[in-house]
Amino acid sequence: MTSSLNRTALYDTHIKLGGRMVPFAGFEMPVQYNSILEESNAVRTKGGLFDVSHMGRIYISGPDSTSLCDWIQTNKIGNLRIGRARYSLICNENGGIIDDTVTYRLNADRYLLVCNASNRQVIREWLDRWQSEKFPNLTIDDITTETVMIAVQGPYAAPILDELCPETPSKLRFFGSGEGTIDGSKVFYGRTGYTGEDGFEVILEAEKGPSLWNKLVDKGMSSCGLGARDVLRLEAALPLHGSDIDLTTNPIEAGLERFVKLDKDFVGVESLRKQNETGTERKLVGLLSTGRSIPRHDHLIKQNEITIGKITSGGYSPTLDRNIALGYVSRDFTTVDQHLNIDIRGRLTDAVVANLPFYARKKEE
Amino acid sequence: MNPSDRKYSKDHEWAQIVGNEVIVGITDFAQQQLGDIVYVDLPEVGSNLDQSSKLGEVESVKAVSDIFSPVGGKVIEVNQAVIDSPELVNQDPSGSGWLVKLALRDESSDFNSLLTSEEYDELIENEAH
Repeated sequence: MTSSLNRTALYDTHIKLGGRMVPFAGFEMPVQYNSILEESNAVRTKGGLFDVSHMGRIYISGPDSTSLCDWIQTNKIGNLRIGRARYSLICNENGGIIDDTVTYRLNADRYLLVCNASNRQVIREWLDRWQSEKFPNLTIDDITTETVMIAVQGPYAAPILDELCPETPSKLRFFGSGEGTIDGSKVFYGRTGYTGEDGFEVILEAEKGPSLWNKLVDKGMSSCGLGARDVLRLEAALPLHGSDIDLTTNPIEAGLERFVKLDKDFVGVESLRKQNETGTERKLVGLLSTGRSIPRHDHLIKQNEITIGKITSGGYSPTLDRNIALGYVSRDFTTVDQHLNIDIRGRLTDAVVANLPFYARKKEE
Repeated sequence: MNPSDRKYSKDHEWAQIVGNEVIVGITDFAQQQLGDIVYVDLPEVGSNLDQSSKLGEVESVKAVSDIFSPVGGKVIEVNQAVIDSPELVNQDPSGSGWLVKLALRDESSDFNSLLTSEEYDELIENEAH
């Protein structure tokens, strides 16, 4: 295969560590090093590293930056304090989800927007469109390819980063961000992640990435791939754009209402207000299935052999030692403990609607 | 290197004649490609399988994969150990992670169409690139 796939600055590091590379969102990324289950377990009990350099990192700066961010984001950005970050959706006029993002406020009029790799181009076009139509006084600077982003996740993440970084990242609260130095190089970090564990996402110059990765491995962090990332985010019931949410779904039915501020003006707000008033036809629910076959994306959800929904993500949860899934079901069947069936390749498997998330870490504070 | 005491299908199953039985499993390459195996579905004892017919399913964290019978025969035993502990297939695919035993029938034709270990080594060498 002659590929036109991109590689992150950590590509050679992954190969040296035995990463098995697969195409993902236009990049060659490690899906696993040794075992998805061992990597997932390492993050839950010790610590793991993920190369998330493929994700989009875009600075939005200038007098109109706050207005632009608030216009395209469903969550409130204007009241975000400097040094804090917020999860949000970006919707189209119909309330369909273009992407889910994390926005870091760096300054009164400077933001870092982190978006999904597969949506980076769409988001850039979206930013350009609203800049030219409504918010001309800003600059957009995409730093994705000149930097790497490493997610350092798990209970050891904070103590190990503190050993490397004199600015003690551990003093940050969840969704706080800061700057520090590791080995003389400037790094930016947020106490964020996509695993349901405590952890950080660290951004630094691309060429410094391999050295930091190796240093973290030497400190006992496990290299983890996309496979483990998917297991962990599903256990934590964090939605995956392209699977659980997309242009055909809206944040209300996806159960993401708390990230949508209907009292402000933004793209899609009218449609979402309407959805919120009338209630949506379907809801994203969590499902625990009893069979040993794993429910997967696009499997049908049934009740008395009638289709009432569809699985959007499913997998084996090593932490719970059972199969878990997310899926949209018709609103009459969304109560916790509701019994349903999942059609797994022609076989009906029993499942029950469960409280989300499937896994939440115990907080010590 | 795959053991030379058995033959291989292009679908990454192996078949080994022991007395008048054929032991069937998936190859080390197959288990590596699948990753962590969490579920193995095997046929009933007594069912008759044709060569290349579906023998069962092996499901890993990543994906589910059909397993095809490398040779025809009647199922005389299924490996309960891999049903109970599917990770055995990852740990020892050529040994204790075997899947089923078939009654040997028509040894020549089915086996002739399978690959030797050298041929199979070459096949996976090419697939890996």
